[in-house]
Amino acid sequence: MRRTLAILAGNPLSALGVLLIALVVLSAIFADFIAPFPEHRGAVVDFVNFNKPPEWPYIFGTDLVGRDLFSRILYAYRISLILGVVVLAVAVPIGVTVGLVAGYFGGWTEAILMRITDVFLSIPPLVLAMSMMGLLEPTLTNGMLAVTAMWWPWYTRLVYNLTRAEKEEGYVLAAEVIGASKAHIIFREILPNCVPSILTKMTLDLGFVILIASSLSFLGLGVQPPTPDLGSMVAEGAKYLPDSWWLTVFPGLAILVAVFGFNLLGDALREIFGVDQ
Amino acid sequence: MTNPILSLNSVTKTFRTGGREVRAVDGVSFDVAEGECLAIVGESGSGKTTIANMILGIYPPTSGTIAYRGEVLPRRRALSHRRAIQLVQQNPLSSLNPKRTVGASLRLPLDVHGIGDRSRRWERTGELLEEVGLPADFRSRAPAALSGGQRQRVAIARALACESDLVVLDEPTSALDVLVQARILRLLKELRERRGLTYLFITHDLAVVRNIADRVAVFEKGRMVEIDDVEAIFTRPQHPYTRGLISAVPVVTREEQELKDSLTKEEA
Repeated sequence: MRRTLAILAGNPLSALGVLLIALVVLSAIFADFIAPFPEHRGAVVDFVNFNKPPEWPYIFGTDLVGRDLFSRILYAYRISLILGVVVLAVAVPIGVTVGLVAGYFGGWTEAILMRITDVFLSIPPLVLAMSMMGLLEPTLTNGMLAVTAMWWPWYTRLVYNLTRAEKEEGYVLAAEVIGASKAHIIFREILPNCVPSILTKMTLDLGFVILIASSLSFLGLGVQPPTPDLGSMVAEGAKYLPDSWWLTVFPGLAILVAVFGFNLLGDALREIFGVDQ
Repeated sequence: MTNPILSLNSVTKTFRTGGREVRAVDGVSFDVAEGECLAIVGESGSGKTTIANMILGIYPPTSGTIAYRGEVLPRRRALSHRRAIQLVQQNPLSSLNPKRTVGASLRLPLDVHGIGDRSRRWERTGELLEEVGLPADFRSRAPAALSGGQRQRVAIARALACESDLVVLDEPTSALDVLVQARILRLLKELRERRGLTYLFITHDLAVVRNIADRVAVFEKGRMVEIDDVEAIFTRPQHPYTRGLISAVPVVTREEQELKDSLTKEEA
């Protein structure tokens, strides 16, 4: 713990990452209390105050139907974070297990599992997600499904390589000599040694998942209106540039803060865990 | 030899690498008597570790048989066979999982083989540590908090945990500095006497061999070229390769030997 604090203190960028993510997470959790107009997250119309530049009480301005952008961004964070966490909560266990099994058993198991992984990796992620979203209804659930489908192979790759290295360590041989089960060796001996790398990648990826989800909604394939989403807000506002600049700039900055923050935090974790990648 | 604890009968192992067959172990036969310490000596690449791995059941021999107390060990080892033959590795830095406490590493063999009452196993890890000369509360430490010699003691305790009677020692002292080496050797001798263990001691250090072994098997390029009592090997080596190995040992001059003796006396 003391070492963690020392690293954060010694590296202002890491501290900034922690700060930004604390900001994003807290605003997502406490959106109901922070947002000046919580009801604006939904289908509200206020034609008196529509398309207003930033001015009190609308510090980020209002959109084309008069909703407070600041409030909508807070709620959009909430959705982005839920999406990111759910995607990783599904993708990481799948990817990690496949990687561990392929790396430990080798041979045919490895050949089959890793070729399947390669197929997924060979399709450009956005294309895969777009085609999935084109086939399915563009809902939040399907958005998560699409992003999950393109995300797990990266964890397989990471963990596969780590496992191949860990397998050569004496403690694996020791467990084999003792007669421990394969499940024990894979999940109790090897996995704990992969956890720092996995956690670091997860933190970095939370930002990227948010970015991809925003890209999908920017293309009209993600979260659907009236649910607030950073990507669709940028897409919507882009039509009115440069006059109504606040429609694009603030949601865009919000994406930047989240992605940038998770990246810095990921770097900090890498340093704290001493992970090489 | 009337009742060998382990017998190898024309054991051969070939590995295939890039379409080429490499014969790592070539028609090796020997017996290990109960309670003895048989040293397996040879340069790296002579097949020492391959033999150890086959005895431990990491992989089966390509041909030939390995028998434990007269019973030929199958390709797929039963848990009881695994329990009977244990291992101490060369590098204690890698042989203990850095993410598990010493206690967790010591508990694993107890859990796997159902040794002792479940509620007593944690206590048992402490007793094992005390048996190898470490305080019982080391069990809650991470391996990183231990020195090389202490880690090797934990690795030895882990091998004892199975209550096996045959321990394969794969260069257990070569990663340690000389003083620690001597202490570990003393511990191994003590344990052997107290528990009646049989050792298969793989090493390339002839000084260590002289210190602990009863018999020596000399390996060269996968073949066993000589096997004899330790005194015979050192005084009348038969095979040219054995002679070469022994003549390569650095010799202590008489003055140095006298100094060494006087220092040992002072210490005692």
